[in-house]
Amino acid sequence: MHEVGITRSLVEIAEEHARTGGHNKVLSVSVDIGELSGVVAEAVEFCFEAVVRGTLLEGSRLIINRIPGAMRCRDCQQEFPADNYTLECPQCGSFMLDFTKGKELQMTEMEVE
Amino acid sequence: MCIECGCGEINHHHHDHEHDPGPKTLRVEEDLLAKNNRLAGLNRALFAERGVFVLNLVSSPGSGKTSLLEKTISDLKTELCFAVLEGDQQTANDANRIAATGAPVKQINTGAGCHLDAHMVGHGVEGFDLDAADILMIENVGNLVCPAEFDLGEQHKVVILSVTEGEDKPQKYPHMFRAADIMLINKIDLLPYLDFNLEQCRTYAQQVNPDIRIFELSCNSGEGLDSWYDWLRQATA
Repeated sequence: MHEVGITRSLVEIAEEHARTGGHNKVLSVSVDIGELSGVVAEAVEFCFEAVVRGTLLEGSRLIINRIPGAMRCRDCQQEFPADNYTLECPQCGSFMLDFTKGKELQMTEMEVE
Repeated sequence: MCIECGCGEINHHHHDHEHDPGPKTLRVEEDLLAKNNRLAGLNRALFAERGVFVLNLVSSPGSGKTSLLEKTISDLKTELCFAVLEGDQQTANDANRIAATGAPVKQINTGAGCHLDAHMVGHGVEGFDLDAADILMIENVGNLVCPAEFDLGEQHKVVILSVTEGEDKPQKYPHMFRAADIMLINKIDLLPYLDFNLEQCRTYAQQVNPDIRIFELSCNSGEGLDSWYDWLRQATA
């Protein structure tokens, strides 16, 4: 469950930005979680409530923007949608694939008051 | 609009009331692993400055990470100076085994934690004489999932797969086999007794990571260790 650690980082980042701006309450936080990032969005959702307890984020809303994965084939240069089970290029069958999208793990914005 | 506070009261220049500023949206583009990555960067800079080659050994529990370290250190200790960080949830069993080889070792117990992070490693090496060390081996917590996400400041992530685990592990745990750039297939002396398909295992690993470099070896019989040792010698030369 490395998602607990990831969620703690999210809370730390949000609290730091809120304090820097002189805000004492965070109403919502938005994060991009790529489908190929190795982090399970549902697990982050699951532990969020427990992790925010006693922080400026207590009672805040977590908005997760799931980013679909994409890969590019090194052999035929085709770019195509991909998930964690994608192993070969749908066009030429090559296994020489690179990620182009879906590794995101980033906080994007937060609402404060 | 009032220029003092931005409220809608055009004709008033003085306020004797307080405005509720209301919710405000802040744009914050920050990587959730930024803190770990920053600390890993500091570790990497420290290791480069002291000339230490660092490997992060990852695998499921029981693949033979500690045996590989014992064997490697015993066979190469006249040529190379090792230091070892041992990560486990509990016990100092592994550190005791490494200490018997004479190499400096520090045990990190993560308790409930499922992986080592850059912060633990930064503090873990504080007691080592890094100037004297050629290679720092970091044995991560036995887990094929979580350690894939956390950079420790190593040069290479080395994933170890023992043949008793089955050849399809790279497909079942693709994140780890993608994060690693070196793969050791261990316990190959047991192949005659198993249905393990070595060729298929290599193919699966290369399918999830076309750039992965594979060594096949056995710490028990010693088979294949020479090419692993040559790679270590070249990497530290």
